[in-house]
Amino acid sequence: MAPEGIRLLGRQRDGWRRPSRYSAFGLVRHGLGRAEWPRAWQEHDLSSGYDVVIVGGGVHGLATAYYLAANHGITNVAVIDKGYIGGGGSGRNTAIIRSNYLTPEGVRFYDRSVKLYESLSADLNFNVMFSQRGHLTLAHNDGSLRTMRWRAEVNKLEGIDSEVIGPEDIKRLVPFMDVSTDTRYPILGALYHPPGGIIRHDAVVWGYARGADARGVHIHQNTELVGIETVGDRVVGALTNRGRIATPVIVNCTAGWATLVADMVGVRLPIVTHPLQAAVTEPVKPFLGPVVVSGTLHVYVSQTDRGELVFGASTDPYPSYSMRGSLDFTEELAGHVLELMPSIAQLRVLRQWAGLCDITPDFSPVMGVTPVGGFFVDVGWGTYGFKAGPVAGEAMAELLATGTTPENIAGFDLARFAEGRLVGEKGAAAVGH
Amino acid sequence: MILVPCPHCGPRNVSEFRHVGEATARPAVASATPEQWRDYLYLRRNPAGWTIETWYHRAGCRAYFGAERHTVTNRFRRSWLGGQVSPPAAVAALDGGVEASSPGTPPST
Ligand SMILES: Cc1cc2nc3c(=O)[nH]c(=O)nc-3n(C[C@H](O)[C@H](O)[C@H](O)COP(=O)(O)OP(=O)(O)OC[C@H]3O[C@@H](n4cnc5c(N)ncnc54)[C@H](O)[C@@H]3O)c2cc1C
Ligand SMILES: [Zn+2]
Repeated sequence: MAPEGIRLLGRQRDGWRRPSRYSAFGLVRHGLGRAEWPRAWQEHDLSSGYDVVIVGGGVHGLATAYYLAANHGITNVAVIDKGYIGGGGSGRNTAIIRSNYLTPEGVRFYDRSVKLYESLSADLNFNVMFSQRGHLTLAHNDGSLRTMRWRAEVNKLEGIDSEVIGPEDIKRLVPFMDVSTDTRYPILGALYHPPGGIIRHDAVVWGYARGADARGVHIHQNTELVGIETVGDRVVGALTNRGRIATPVIVNCTAGWATLVADMVGVRLPIVTHPLQAAVTEPVKPFLGPVVVSGTLHVYVSQTDRGELVFGASTDPYPSYSMRGSLDFTEELAGHVLELMPSIAQLRVLRQWAGLCDITPDFSPVMGVTPVGGFFVDVGWGTYGFKAGPVAGEAMAELLATGTTPENIAGFDLARFAEGRLVGEKGAAAVGH
Repeated sequence: MILVPCPHCGPRNVSEFRHVGEATARPAVASATPEQWRDYLYLRRNPAGWTIETWYHRAGCRAYFGAERHTVTNRFRRSWLGGQVSPPAAVAALDGGVEASSPGTPPST
């Protein structure tokens, strides 16, 4: 089954070489020399067969490929993307990472991801610029304050740094915030999560791609899955715009496009695709420490290392596959941000954009096996899935390598929707990212 | 900007409307199986193409109406009043590629 020889031949044909390590010394040496930097990952011809074909070159697909190779030695793997890697949500998100969820399972799951992110730069030899600057979720009413107290207690039981703080402490952390009581939605308190923060999302994608490539995984950009071949109820091949690939395993990591891929094998997913928009301002001097999120005002803001303010909001209120920005979004966003921080009124918005989010009914992912043998899913990541890339990749790789669903993703199975076992994570995942 | 054609009020900005959802048939309450309830509650076609939906003109005439929209271009092809569309028939017409009738008439309800 394993066309090992095919991969080795492919390698020789491409003249593949293990990339040199990135280091300060290497930077100086390269700076003095004239040589071009070697490509971070190689292009290959499409092999006629792979052990695993991963559809979708976002953080989830690439992390799955990386951990398959790094943790399990399975390297006859292809990651195919219809566009360029990181062209989906993984290159469009606002890069917020945190683990202060509501259910103990959710907290443990996302905490594992934070831990993997903390050592990712070293593991991948690629600076992903994880900046743990703290994360504040504001409460504007008693209901949210109550949920935050609940979350803080669950978090602490799981060993996560998380606490409810009052307006004075918020003001100390973010001096520019209007915590007065005469606003439309006065700030009553906040859930403060010091290990939360932001990351350079493109670097995460590229780092995983480089790490997977170095271990022999083939990354095929501009390669679209157009059909899936089955015999009985088992996957036997992936049909792409560049030809057929024989494979016993296809992993659907296509986020906003997930139902279109699942339709190819008749697997129905409880997913609706909504656009989510974001915007960024011109850069200014650092003034905003933590990430600030307000569910009530449907807005969140962080300042990047470059000084730009990055804003996000809730999803567009209707399903769509269109990635066009809208004036409605910018207008509402500006109004809400200025309620929190009136002093930034003069800042100019440089860009706005949209990405596609695969929204599930319980704001939790759908991971694992499906009724079709060899067809796996890692989808339903909605508006919150970037932070889960490492842990999801690690778990999916384990499932593919061992055939056993790891305990930390067992509750995210597709069967839960028929069996009435929805995950109760909405209170912590719906708006906060 | 997306213009939604309200059958009463004509084309208006999407911000005046609430998207109610993809037209979905309710199963027979007394005899539905758990799978049928799952389908009704959670499974949608979510197509990248034409779809049949219910919209509500929240900040206008407050009518609920059916409409056919392309989810990639967000262009509307037709919309119709008349309370409940019959979703299975409408969706079947869509799947079968039945051509658009004149605006304002429901697709073979
Ligand atoms: C504006 C915005 C802000 C967000 N903010 C956050 C945040 O702060 N924190 C957070 O954790 N999450 C956030 N998210 C969510 C996060 O971006 C996603 O959940 C995550 O990136 C999904 O990653 P993925 O690898 O599953 O999918 P994607 O990165 O979307 O990749 C899917 C890939 O599949 C490819 N594809 C689709 N169909 C096919 C096909 N038929 N054949 C081949 N390839 C195909 C696409 O080209 C795409 O590259 C945000 C999302 C958006 C849009
Ligand atoms: Zn109207």
